[in-house]
Amino acid sequence: MNSFGIEQFPDYKVPGVQHVDFSPYESNGGSIVAIAGDDFVVIAADTRLSSGYSIHSRDQSKLFEMSSKTVLGSTGCWCDTLSLTGLVKVRMQMYEHTHMKTMTTDAVAQMLSIVMYNRRFFPYYVSNILAGLDKDGKGAVYSYDPIGHCERATYRAGGTAGALLQPVLDNQIGYKNQNLSADQLPPLTKERAVAVASDTFISAAERDIYTGDSVLINIITADGIEERKLQLRKD
Amino acid sequence: MSILAYNGGCVVAMRGKDCVAIATDHRFGVQAQTISTDFKKVFHIAPRMFLGLTGLQTDILTVRDRLMFRKNIYETKENREMAPKPFSAMLSSFLYEHRFGPYFIEPVVAGLDPKTMKPFICNMDLIGCPNEPDDFVVAGTCAEQLYGMCETLWRPDLEPDQLFEVISQSMVNAFDRDAMSGWGATVYIIEKDKITERSLKTRMD
Amino acid sequence: MTLDSAPDVPRAGFNFDNCRRNAALLQGGFKPPTTTKTGTTIVGIIYKDGVILGADTRATEGPIVSDKNCAKIHYLAKNIYCCGAGTAADTEMTTDLISSQLELHRLNTERQVPVVCANNILKQMLFRYQGHISAALVLGGVDKNGPHIYSIHPHGSSDKLPYATMGSGCLAAMTVFESRWKPDLSEEEGKLLVRDAIASGIFNDLGSGSNVDLCVIRKDSTEYLRNYELANKKGERQIDYRFKKGTSATLHTTIKDLLITEKVQVVPMEVS
Repeated sequence: MNSFGIEQFPDYKVPGVQHVDFSPYESNGGSIVAIAGDDFVVIAADTRLSSGYSIHSRDQSKLFEMSSKTVLGSTGCWCDTLSLTGLVKVRMQMYEHTHMKTMTTDAVAQMLSIVMYNRRFFPYYVSNILAGLDKDGKGAVYSYDPIGHCERATYRAGGTAGALLQPVLDNQIGYKNQNLSADQLPPLTKERAVAVASDTFISAAERDIYTGDSVLINIITADGIEERKLQLRKD
Repeated sequence: MSILAYNGGCVVAMRGKDCVAIATDHRFGVQAQTISTDFKKVFHIAPRMFLGLTGLQTDILTVRDRLMFRKNIYETKENREMAPKPFSAMLSSFLYEHRFGPYFIEPVVAGLDPKTMKPFICNMDLIGCPNEPDDFVVAGTCAEQLYGMCETLWRPDLEPDQLFEVISQSMVNAFDRDAMSGWGATVYIIEKDKITERSLKTRMD
Repeated sequence: MTLDSAPDVPRAGFNFDNCRRNAALLQGGFKPPTTTKTGTTIVGIIYKDGVILGADTRATEGPIVSDKNCAKIHYLAKNIYCCGAGTAADTEMTTDLISSQLELHRLNTERQVPVVCANNILKQMLFRYQGHISAALVLGGVDKNGPHIYSIHPHGSSDKLPYATMGSGCLAAMTVFESRWKPDLSEEEGKLLVRDAIASGIFNDLGSGSNVDLCVIRKDSTEYLRNYELANKKGERQIDYRFKKGTSATLHTTIKDLLITEKVQVVPMEVS
């Protein structure tokens, strides 16, 4: 039978001899953008949950409020996201009960890195971005790789449209490659950060099939967390 | 790694108001190693038409030569200049001829129609599926980054000066986030009466 | 006469020159590149006076949209159109090729070509290529025997149906037809039904998106409704991303003047 090469055609496969490998991971799509300012931080994520070519949910927030000053955005394999954020929340509560104070953003960032590295050889398949105010009240963004490498940045994009969004942030928030003096560039206000974040999602929804439906924007300031929502393409 | 990313590089073309722009990076590498930083992937093939080819360098040069041969035959037979539209139709059928043994390239065509002076941009996949949108086309290893940049910065009816800024910023910021492209860039702005070639100052790492 | 100076004059048909080289390259561990696919929802129905074809307008390269407004309803003959799903280049080129064969057939026979003829040529070609040309088609047209819809699979099998769907959004579109299609729909009802089927594909299938294209073929007229409905619009950007002149640093600029200026200069002739 091999000489005909017909075993490649699924129709002619003999039942019983085929075996399907179990894959523990699945990509459920979605993107995150976080921008830190002097006294605020903005984190945005779309609300589409999908796998393959089908949409599971159009209204699933990927932002997890860890404390009044810290929000974690997490995409990738959704079950890993839930498991990981659940674990982090439990450990934050244990910390609070032991030390009688809420964990700071910097401490959460460090702990998240350790929690993820604990699974070095069977990692959580997630793309995490942590946003919050640090202990001086300044905006902070931490980004991670799936096995817990942690890096502090001022702006970061992640998820399925991360590659599309990151250069836009470089250009519009970091003012990279702009041959102008500092006074010619608009200052990074809260409004500008929110506007750039929502514009990047409009662009991502055009070209990335896994990003769309709507975008949730959390604005974290010393006064608390403000939530905004913007509709995106639904196709 | 995809064979299309073996040598690296990217090309982007944009439509403006009565003008088009096409930009290329300068990198020629072999996987992660950079061999040369003056390999332009855009070729001036007619007075107001440019052809950009990204992908495997050996195929870039072969396809360019074969296309020039066919184009010259056409122009000799017809005794007139080849417009961008028939040129891309020819390119498309040339690539589809090699459907089952393709050239590993992604082409971009940009130009003005020699008669009507209407802007024309077009790109294809490696087996010649044509795509003629009215905003911008991208190709190369940092296509995703370019899509993100162009989708944010491009808007209709850009004047030549603005078009230059938009295409340069899109290109430079996109390839700064890609290890396989960069090392300098050149932008061509094609207008009715002139072609402006500008070499950009970029990061060289 | 063969021109020795031009040995590269292309011969018709597929060219397999690169196959062995490419196979060697791929064996060396390189991944084969992705081609543009039309993830696609395409449909066709029979209604009272003819057929209606419908398609979305998204083309994808993996998870990225490569064309937001491509045309997937292809012309075959005046009375026959064909929707294509699968590898975009394959559907485009196959329908173009069959279109020219049908025109030659029409000129040879001096008759309007029947839809079954287009179906036969298409399926014979696809069967000959054993599924390597990955075109999944919904063929529709009206001839002297009435309206016909065929769905043709990449390996060359075909079904004659009153309503058909193809592509990655076929299930989403079929749910609409299964619940609402009935014989002898009016044109308005038919258009609405096809529009709803495509919209269901656009919104529920990630491989399909953007706009709705329709094509109505009646006994003696056809109407190609390109972008019948703009189902999705790009969001309004909040910032004006205009750059100040000189934002991008340039190393050098060359300007090539394309204007040809003619000047007549009088040169006095030497008179001896």
